[in-house]
Amino acid sequence: MIGQVFHGLGTGAVYAALALALVLVHRFTGVVNFAQGELAMVSAYVAWQLVDAGLSYWAALPLTMVVAFAAGALAQRLVMRRDGDAALIMTIGLYVLVHALAAQIWTSALRTFPNPFPGGPLGVAGPLGVVAVVLALLYLVIRHSGAGLTLRAVAADPRAARLSGIRVGRVHALGWGLAAVAGAVSGVLVAPVVFLEPGMMGGALVAALAAAAVGGFANPVAAVAGGLLIGVAETLAGTYLWADLRVLVPLAVLLALPAVRLGGLAGVRA
Amino acid sequence: MSAGLNTGLNTGTGPGTGTGHRRPAVGQYAGDRRPTWPYPRATLGTAVAGAVSVPFLVPPYPLHQVTLVLVYVVALLGLDLVAGHGGQISLGHGAFFGIGAYTAAILLSAGAPYPLTLPAAGLVAYGLGHAFGRPAVRLSGVYLAVVTFAVAVAVPPLIRRLAPGGAMGLPVRTPDAPFFTGLDDDQWVYLLVLAVAAAAFTLMRAVVRSNRGRALVALRADAGAAELLGMRPAAIRAHAFAWSAMYAGVAGCLFTWTTGFVAPESFTVTLSITLLAGIVIGGLGTVSGAVIGAVVVTFLPAPGLVSGLALILVLAVAPNGVTGLVRRAPAFIRRDRS
Repeated sequence: MIGQVFHGLGTGAVYAALALALVLVHRFTGVVNFAQGELAMVSAYVAWQLVDAGLSYWAALPLTMVVAFAAGALAQRLVMRRDGDAALIMTIGLYVLVHALAAQIWTSALRTFPNPFPGGPLGVAGPLGVVAVVLALLYLVIRHSGAGLTLRAVAADPRAARLSGIRVGRVHALGWGLAAVAGAVSGVLVAPVVFLEPGMMGGALVAALAAAAVGGFANPVAAVAGGLLIGVAETLAGTYLWADLRVLVPLAVLLALPAVRLGGLAGVRA
Repeated sequence: MSAGLNTGLNTGTGPGTGTGHRRPAVGQYAGDRRPTWPYPRATLGTAVAGAVSVPFLVPPYPLHQVTLVLVYVVALLGLDLVAGHGGQISLGHGAFFGIGAYTAAILLSAGAPYPLTLPAAGLVAYGLGHAFGRPAVRLSGVYLAVVTFAVAVAVPPLIRRLAPGGAMGLPVRTPDAPFFTGLDDDQWVYLLVLAVAAAAFTLMRAVVRSNRGRALVALRADAGAAELLGMRPAAIRAHAFAWSAMYAGVAGCLFTWTTGFVAPESFTVTLSITLLAGIVIGGLGTVSGAVIGAVVVTFLPAPGLVSGLALILVLAVAPNGVTGLVRRAPAFIRRDRS
């Protein structure tokens, strides 16, 4: 039982990182990015390609983050030309496009990805530690840097930010880039557990959407907590009740949210 | 929630405005009742005559595909109620389509007569639409997209596990043509599907023009003002979603009648995305959008490079889809002349 909980926390760390990315994009650009999981999948492939080329895992990781940042910012600049509902549908188009591109480039063959963390219950500390570090770094960037200040200004009032000379579009690209870095972490964390393939983030995306919804797509800490909770709940339900119950956990969380009204939901406007 | 997709292009100035007012081009917002075409009755008559004569002119395989187009028209008419008129996004219509298809298939394989499967599929999808829609529409607009996405992901594994046939799928018999008609079975199925699609279209027109339908459009335009006028956003949107799910379920039943085979792999999140892409590319909030979208859904291969690019480009260049482009064409031509 304890072992299962630890295993669930490891899965939950993946969801938490991806949920963090979703919260960042929604907070700073007002869009729920359905393509976030696919961007993370591409990052995992980039990391795999770098390791395959002979780099050590810990050298490939920062390089992957840089590539992920560029890819996220580029995706925002190239694709996100609308706001509101159209923007949401555009992220779905991006999801389809990135998925198809990845299947073209890397084929849908299953690949194994190196796991830097030791197995067993204690190995879960690795993913959790990585997520904690990313959360702390993002906090530092957003709270204590000039770029973070403009980000928060745009999030608070895009029009006022534009009037005071901030290039809102570029700041949105910055938000997407930061989110893509958080997403890349989830991709690299999940790749050793499931095999590397274009569809690998499908399940994680649903869980991360539910986790981000716990925080009303606005509260990063609630999103991380939601991710860990869903990870543990999925593992326990899958192990002790019924294997197929796993897929119902995110849906159950989402449907229960309006009734429970956790604190984080204050961020969701009715 | 923003005013929605269809308000993005209020640039047309029709002839006869004259006063310097800019009024929206015809068809730029849902519920616009100005005529877009001078000969509606003649066109309707020709369309009906053409549609009825199709099975006698077209060889079997193309006929099968035309039947599928009609099936997707029903599904897209339903999706359009939520996405076009309601301005909310559902990623779960593939799942409701699959639930309807499986309801029909299970009843058929249990020996039920096929006319019974249609209301059964519609009712099951309607009930589930209420069950998922009611909590989903309570929160902000994106929430419905997220919940329906989770539904779309969860349904295929459940079908694989619970439904008869499992992952292998379930073959069923398709409706036989009654002896006295002298028709082939596929011709009969086409005519059945055509009749249901025509009924679905007529009913949807009535729904959109009903009090609740107009309330739905009003909510999209300005939720705050609509609520002040006494409309209840959650109840109206939940009803619209349930109706929309019912249409998807009915379309799923027609799919079973047409193909005679259902499998969990046919109703994954891919189908939901394809349906949404179809209605967006065809044009939201219009009947012709549903028809063009259904052709796109039938003939475009499964989501890939083409449909991803098409979705992004259509939204960037022509947010009202192909229908919007066609309707704007006269205004463009006039502007060039003057």
